[in-house]
Amino acid sequence: MPTGVRPTRRYEWATFEGVWNRQITLFKRYWMSSTTGSVVQPIIYLLAFGLGVGTLVATVDNISYVEFVGTGSVATAVLFASAFPGMFNTYVQRVFQKTYDALLAAPVSVDELTLAEGTWIATKAGVYGSFPLVVTFFFGLAPTWGMLLVPFIGFLTGLGFAFFGMWVSAIIKNIEQTSYITSIVLTPLFLVAGTFFPISNLPQGLQVAAQFNPLYHCVELVRAASFGWQMPNDLYHFGVLIVFAVLTWLLAVAQLRKKLVD
Amino acid sequence: MLGLLGPNGAGKSTTMRMLTGQARATSGRITVLDHEIPAESKQARSRMGVVPQTDNLDIELTAEQNLSMFAALYRIPRRERPAAVDRALEIAQLGDRRSSKVSELSGGMKRRLLIARGLVHRPELVLLDEPTVGLDPQVRQELWSLIDALRSEGTTILMSTHYIEEAERLADDVAVVSHGKIVARGTPHALRKEHVGSRATEFYGAPARLAELERTAKEAGLATRRTGPSITVLRSEDAEDRLLDSFGDGVHRQANLEDVFVLLTGEVLH
Repeated sequence: MPTGVRPTRRYEWATFEGVWNRQITLFKRYWMSSTTGSVVQPIIYLLAFGLGVGTLVATVDNISYVEFVGTGSVATAVLFASAFPGMFNTYVQRVFQKTYDALLAAPVSVDELTLAEGTWIATKAGVYGSFPLVVTFFFGLAPTWGMLLVPFIGFLTGLGFAFFGMWVSAIIKNIEQTSYITSIVLTPLFLVAGTFFPISNLPQGLQVAAQFNPLYHCVELVRAASFGWQMPNDLYHFGVLIVFAVLTWLLAVAQLRKKLVD
Repeated sequence: MLGLLGPNGAGKSTTMRMLTGQARATSGRITVLDHEIPAESKQARSRMGVVPQTDNLDIELTAEQNLSMFAALYRIPRRERPAAVDRALEIAQLGDRRSSKVSELSGGMKRRLLIARGLVHRPELVLLDEPTVGLDPQVRQELWSLIDALRSEGTTILMSTHYIEEAERLADDVAVVSHGKIVARGTPHALRKEHVGSRATEFYGAPARLAELERTAKEAGLATRRTGPSITVLRSEDAEDRLLDSFGDGVHRQANLEDVFVLLTGEVLH
């Protein structure tokens, strides 16, 4: 007789525990490089823009420019910590290491695997995403209670981008093709998100386009958490991020299932 | 143990993947341990152990970590996991390498670990997909004793292989597979007896000479097969000695499952 308890439900805790355990064990090996990769780059952007452009621009929307960029950089850090692992790690584990084949031979479904991997990446993105905010404290940003929600905002945004990356990883034919996504999709997304300059100064067309950019909604929420909520706008931003995560989750599951189940 | 014997591309791995729900059948119905596949494939998988053909261990993790990860996935209660991992390490004879990273293990050790991973939860059914493919003969022997030990403990095993010797030594029951179909099924002994008799005799010679032997044997009602530079007369125990002598110096050997396979399918196992 098997020693384990028979699985019966569609989503089971044991699967998440197993997949997360694996990632935590791996993370203990890689936390240094993983953290550096996800944290340093956004902070460099923050310092370059904040201190560089900050000498030309004193305030934006009554916020000091460093604080404007510092709060906005949360979205950049979240993006780097979610879309890239979503694309690369998922591709490597599926294609090169065949890890997913091993997991799916155990009592794990594609749905559970996708959700477990996605929430793991999103959790890291929520933590890494908060770093730029902490750095900005040193430039005079005042801590508020609302900022406690920032890791959660990062998690929600990161969840959508993790699933987006996983979806992409199951579409591309080789790992080089990720550069199309990076240059054509992700770069414009993080530049036109209101991180470095307010989108209200942009042409009408781009302003409308920004409404479809999840990072813009992330930036708005982080600023709201830092400088004051604006209802019902902020609920709308949350709503968009939830829709984004659900949509990319469905796409990622469907595409990964296509690749993992013959 | 049931052995699926057939050449690469016969559908052995696909069959294995269908049993775990990792491949979908286009028609028909599959049940594993009374679970409907794919609808209840998760339940079935929790009672099965799968040892895939391609090594998909986590190379950056240690032997022990690889096992405990699967102990969790197979829902072994937390308290019982260390014991389950120890037991699996013992089966794989990797007790002294538990803290070695997989990337530091030899090919044979990795394969043993892969098998141990499929056994960590004491499954009722074990799927072994080409368990010794690509390993050198000595390592293969080691794995055979490991698999044989499992079999003697009473674990039900489904093993695919394209090695004749592997099927003959380990399988209680063999299904000969070709192009996705079972062409014969029975114990190795019964298959040999039914299809190729007990003795085979090989004759060597120039191609023209071999062609002539083939013709003569056929006229005499004897089955033959080509075996590289020779032809083999099957069921030679039934042939007249005079006829065999006229073929020249033949080498007698025991009939084997390869003879059965080639005779039934006209294909070569490789």
